[in-house]
This record gives sequence, C-alpha cells and structure tokens, in this order.
Amino acid sequence: MTKYYTEEHEWIAVTGNVATLGITDYAQAQLGDVVFVEVPTVGRKVKKGEETAVVESVKAASEVYSPVTGTVIETNAPLADSPITVNEDPEGAGWFCRIEMSDLAELEVLMDEAAYKTFVEGL
Amino acid sequence: MTTPVHADHDPHSAAPLKTPLYDAHVALGARMVPFAGYLMPVQYEGILAEHAHCRAAAGLFDVSHMGQATLRGPDHRTVARALEALVPADILGLEPGRQRYSQLLNEHGGILDDLMVHRAPGAEDMLGLVVNAACKVADYAHIAARLPEGVLLEIHEERALLALQGPEAVNVLVSLGADVAGWDFMDVGPATIAGIPVFLSRSGYTGEDGFEISVHADTVVGLWEVLLRDPRVRPIGLGARDSLRLEGGLCLYGHDIDETTTPVEAGLLWSIQKRRREEGGFPGADIVLSQIAEGVVRKRVGIRPDGRAPARDGAEIVDENGVAIGVVTSGGFGPTVGGPVAMGYVAAVHARPGTRVGLVVRGKALPAEIVSLPFVPARFHRAPK
Repeated sequence: MTKYYTEEHEWIAVTGNVATLGITDYAQAQLGDVVFVEVPTVGRKVKKGEETAVVESVKAASEVYSPVTGTVIETNAPLADSPITVNEDPEGAGWFCRIEMSDLAELEVLMDEAAYKTFVEGL
Repeated sequence: MTTPVHADHDPHSAAPLKTPLYDAHVALGARMVPFAGYLMPVQYEGILAEHAHCRAAAGLFDVSHMGQATLRGPDHRTVARALEALVPADILGLEPGRQRYSQLLNEHGGILDDLMVHRAPGAEDMLGLVVNAACKVADYAHIAARLPEGVLLEIHEERALLALQGPEAVNVLVSLGADVAGWDFMDVGPATIAGIPVFLSRSGYTGEDGFEISVHADTVVGLWEVLLRDPRVRPIGLGARDSLRLEGGLCLYGHDIDETTTPVEAGLLWSIQKRRREEGGFPGADIVLSQIAEGVVRKRVGIRPDGRAPARDGAEIVDENGVAIGVVTSGGFGPTVGGPVAMGYVAAVHARPGTRVGLVVRGKALPAEIVSLPFVPARFHRAPK
C-alpha cells in the first residue's frame, strides 16, 4: 500500500489499482466536529477532481474531491451513523470510499507523505 | 476538500479589530476568525463540547464586539418617546430595572437591526442599548440623525461585554458576590463580581438562563479570568453561540431577519406591546399594523429534516410537489436535538407545524417537516406569578 496526498487535504491509500479515499488529520482539525458525511453510491464513475463526498461540520459543508478517475466499488457505511469517526481517525476508520482506478498515471502528480507534511507546515 | 468559508467574514475589512480579550482567547487555544470586522473565537475545545457544556453548566462568551450605547435626555418620557419613533416596542412603559427586546425599523417595517433596550434601576433620564456588531456603525448614524433636540446618543467604546449562560450561571455569579438569585429574566442592574463593578442583565442568546455582563474594558480581562477559574465555567466560541441560538429559535440578524423582513413575518409580534399596536407611531407602522390585522404572506418557521444532512442558509424550501415555497435562513446541526435543524421563511399557507416540505440540498429535495420553535425549550428564569 502506498499513500498519496493532495493540496486539498485528501489522501488515498493505493493497493494494486484500488484507492481508498479520505481527508487528512489537518483537514479534520480545520473542519471541527463532523456531524454528517455523504458518500458516493457504489458503481458511480468519478473523474479526477470531481466532487465525490461531502463532509459537514457544525458550521459548514465541505466537498471532497477524488484525486483519481475510476469507479466507486465500496463505501464506508458506518460513517452514516458515526460521522465523528472522521475526526477521531481521519486517516484510518474515517475513510469515505474505495475507487477502482482507470488511470494509474494520475498518481504521479500527487504528493507522498513527506511532501504533504512539508506542504502543511508551509500553510 | 474545500475549506469552510465563514459567511460572516467581511472581505472589505482589511484590518480586523480585536476585543480586549483577544490575547486571552489565543492563550486558550481558540481558533480566531473574522466576524463583523473583529477577530473572534469561533471555538476553543470544539463546538459540540462547548454547546453541551453551556446547556449543562455555564458557558462564558466574549461578545465585546457588540455595540453598547446610551440615550440620554431630560426625562424618561422624552428619551422613551425619542426611541419609540424608531422601534415598535413600548419603551415608555419600560419599568426601571427592566430590559426589552426590540427592532430598529425602516419605513417599510423592515428590520435594520434588532437590539436590547434597558432602563437601569432608578434611571429617569437614560436608556441603555445593545446592538449587533455588524450593524452598530449604521445603527448609531441612523439613531443620531433622528433624535430630537435634547436627547443624545453616547457610544460606549470603553465597555466590554461578556455573557455567562447556562443553568449554573446564576450560582457562579452568586458565589462571586453578585446578589442576583432573585432576579427575573430581563431584569437589569449594577452589581459587583469578585469586587469588579459590572452592569448585568438576566438575558442572553442561548435559550438558557444566564446573564450579559457589561464591564469596563480595563477590567474585563480580570473578570474573564475570575469567571474561568470556577470549574463550572468554560469559554464558548461563536460556533456554539450560533448552534445554541438556532436551537433556541432565536433570530440572527442578516440571516433570519433583515431589511426585507418585518417583525410580524419574523414571528416577533410578542415584542410589539399592546399600546404600540393601537397607537402606531413607529417606522413602517402602516405596513406592520396591517400585517397584524390581516395576516402575512410569509412566515418564519422551524424546520426539521427527517435525515441527518443539514440544510444551510439559502437552501430552497419546496412543497411536496417540488414547487418553491420559501428559503432556509439558518440551518445546521443541533447538538442538543441530536440532528439537523433549520429556520426559514415559507408562504403562510405552508407554515403550520406538521406540514411536509423538502429542503433542496446539493440538487436533491430532502424530506423535512415544519415544526414549532424553539427546538429546545427555553429555560429563562421567570418568577411564578
């Protein structure tokens, strides 16, 4: 498994051609308490940069963009009843969906963990 | 991920102001955001925890960005009449030691701002005003331009304002020497808290019992520290202030009320006392009085979505056939309710509690129901009659 990050504070964990999508610890801290998560439906085709999930904090709604193109093959159903998991374990149990990627070359422009850490420190 | 945008950030304000408690907020780890021209704490430990604490014990808010002013004149009658020319509340009949909620109205009965008006115990020549931060400059100009000779507006930039809200608020103040246990909701008067002179009102913006504490800016930091030393008290940011007032069914100026809404449409008829309904004599009285007599076309209502997705300010409200009937003006998650809550305006025929509606969120009409306000029952302290 390899982890990649975006400047919009999404992460994907890639195994083979399947990417698991979530938001980073930095992102959840910025949002504050998450009270609702909308995940995509299984089977939906998503394009790189397309709005794929929505996280709502007490104050506001934020869109989550997929960094890769592909098909949603699984979603994290328990989030519907326990949205706070996104705060408690954003880069683990707080994942949103798994996407079967159609273009592995899209990974090349994403940051690795070290690069993302440097990026966040510069914010 | 899109970063949340705080809707009340004024992009034209280049250098946000700070209240005297700015450093205290930062020291507590608050996240500071621009609000109404000030850098204010939106949260300390987290909105859900702060919200719950305020309902369970006592929450301390810095609301020093709000405007505090005094109207002064030769006698109560003259000062009250001067204010009654601008607001629809009975100010003449305001007893010493009491406070009233009212609205500055325009000539169409639209709300320029909402405000608290108080008459200090024994005051025969002055009224105190507390207005919204975002409106205060315009309010002062509006009021000052309409005062008769002999009545003056004094702006109290030298005063800070705290709110201590929640079921333990009264006990905290009593334990610090303020003799307020016998006060009623909307009583006002001078007091001392740990030896610091303050002016209190038993009121607030959370639906809980509590107090607003006006204090000289030079002593507010010490007062803030004294209050926080009490283990029942925790600091509460603007985020929880908003979720608390929303559950309390209380209007936020610029969202639930503005220049296009009248007090009657907004469900604030209770704040227009009998004499004013009979006599009129306030801006837009012809429109407001005809709405009282004949009813309104649209009304402010409470709305509960069936599901868990919040509907925010601006979401369209549709009837069961998908026809637009109104708009959400405040919406979010109600931590005490445990689910999403909203307020908005709908055509009066759809305003009855129990009416099924849809709230359009991200292109889908989410099922919801009109409910009576507030979402959480008010716990104001009222002495048995």
